Amino acid sequence: MSTGSAAPTIPPLIEARRLTKHFAMRQGYLRRAASTVRAVDDVSFAAYRGETLGVVGESGCGKSTTARLLLHLVAPDSGEVSFDGMVVGATGPSLREFRRQAQMVFQDSHSSLNPRLTVEDTIAFGPIVHGRSRAEARRMAQRLLSDVGLPPVQFASRYPHELSGGQRQRVNIARALVFEPKLVVFDEAVSALDKSVEAQILALIRGLKARLGLTYVFISHDLNVVQFVSDRVMVMYLGKIVEIGPAAGIYRAPQHPYTRALLASRPTMDPTRRTKAAPLEGDPPNPIDPPSGCRFRTRCPLAMPICSQLEPPLDPVAREIGHMVACHAASKVAVSEPLRA
Amino acid sequence: MRAEYWSSALGRLRGDPLTVAFAVLILAIFGSALLAPWIAPFDPSAGSALRRLAPIGTQDHWLGTDELGRDMVSRLLHGGRISLTLGVLPVLLALLIGGTLGIAAGFIGGHTNAVIMRTMDVFYAFPSVLLAIGLSGVLGAGPRNLIVAVTAVLTPQIARVAESVTTQVRSFGFVEAARASGAGTALIIRYHVLRNVLGPILVFATSLVSVSMIISAGLNFLGFGVQPPTPDWGLMLNTLRQSIWINPEVAVLPGLMIFLTSFCFSQLSDSLRSALDVKLQ
Repeated sequence: MSTGSAAPTIPPLIEARRLTKHFAMRQGYLRRAASTVRAVDDVSFAAYRGETLGVVGESGCGKSTTARLLLHLVAPDSGEVSFDGMVVGATGPSLREFRRQAQMVFQDSHSSLNPRLTVEDTIAFGPIVHGRSRAEARRMAQRLLSDVGLPPVQFASRYPHELSGGQRQRVNIARALVFEPKLVVFDEAVSALDKSVEAQILALIRGLKARLGLTYVFISHDLNVVQFVSDRVMVMYLGKIVEIGPAAGIYRAPQHPYTRALLASRPTMDPTRRTKAAPLEGDPPNPIDPPSGCRFRTRCPLAMPICSQLEPPLDPVAREIGHMVACHAASKVAVSEPLRA
Repeated sequence: MRAEYWSSALGRLRGDPLTVAFAVLILAIFGSALLAPWIAPFDPSAGSALRRLAPIGTQDHWLGTDELGRDMVSRLLHGGRISLTLGVLPVLLALLIGGTLGIAAGFIGGHTNAVIMRTMDVFYAFPSVLLAIGLSGVLGAGPRNLIVAVTAVLTPQIARVAESVTTQVRSFGFVEAARASGAGTALIIRYHVLRNVLGPILVFATSLVSVSMIISAGLNFLGFGVQPPTPDWGLMLNTLRQSIWINPEVAVLPGLMIFLTSFCFSQLSDSLRSALDVKLQ
């Protein structure tokens, strides 16, 4: 199983195997499936206990769908998710139990909070669902509010519209943590925030992880944020993983031309190194009808004839443990001598 | 946590003097209609050829008499019993049926939505009065069938409002977040959907009370509902219209009652709207 393990001896906390989700675009009077958007296509990866796995990619590359598939908020067309070594829903934990242990923090802090529930009630809803008494759920909510830096005396009875964006995102985090989950998926959780607020929330997220021993999957289009929080990074392009590996390795020596282009497109603080031209031309191709072979080849500076014929497998990178790349042009170890993964 | 939201809304309603005034007025109208048999000075169907079309302020008949010499006060009081029932009951029934169907359609979506809403559209295809006349004609005359007919007219309207607000709410992240916390459909609807859709649906339904009264009045006039000499504001308005030139101030009285009741209801629906909106506080 090629899941890009950083430390092969530790079993993964959550593992996605060959997840695929195609959305049918229905058209016409009879709503026939006219075409399919291949949002996530045969994606396998794992997140290990205690780490933060960053997921980056352009908008529309399937990051959010991957997150939703991982948490079973969207049913996959094929593939499965194991949690703690057991397949969710089948041999392993029930969906309900799984949802207590794996939580999500959503991007839009505004629409993800019910405008007609007070902050306290929003957080207390989860425990009530799982059979806690109202009073106990409230106590839990108040404790969590202080944990995320919102004193309950001041904030418990406020409605979402009375909070700032950063405060709302703190409530979202508290809601996710009220179950004492093992895994938290952040879907663009800081993308909508001001830079200064973003830094505060990131600090909070990191602090909570250390204190509560959490495992994170952190989705963002912001490469700097992902570098700041992640132990390992997964790069997606058009519903596929193109590169996965230790954050340090990926940021130091990106193997895939797409990763390289992404990193080159980062704005720099150094005035002598201005970004002159966009490293990539054009938009990503339509996921309805992705290019044959390697999906990146239409924009790739290194495209070769083989790229249009054969889809590059996700293979280990030479000399770097746990770093894998899906590119014909990248220097990889020969398939005959794989790094034991 | 559920009770608090509604009780705080009720508290806000009570705090607004204008709302309280309209509520008291509506209660007075309903109360007097309810107590009509005991407080009406005369028998509403006992006329007198000698006292026809007495003007307002006549001794014993201080709101005058109608074209058959029947006491207007008594007739207005008794008429309220039927008019208010025909105004409110169809709305309540439509709220229950249309609201449930609309919320279900909006929340479930997909084929269920298509089946429910396209069925509603069939009713929508006819002008409401025509549909009510048709249904009354098929079902036969009588107040009960009239209620059924008016309910059938109002149900698709409420269903459509319910469906559109529910569809909107369903797409919000907090519904997905609730699902992510392991909640089932029933709990999600109770805590997250109803709280956000019931306000707009109630406000719309309140505004339909006057529509319901007017449609019912029309149907009564056409002979599908209650029959003369039973007093009903709509019916009275229609029979008195012949005396509009002789005694206009008496002739408009039933219309005034319909207007007053409708007006109170729309004012209340406005107050309800702002009371239910936590953002306005």
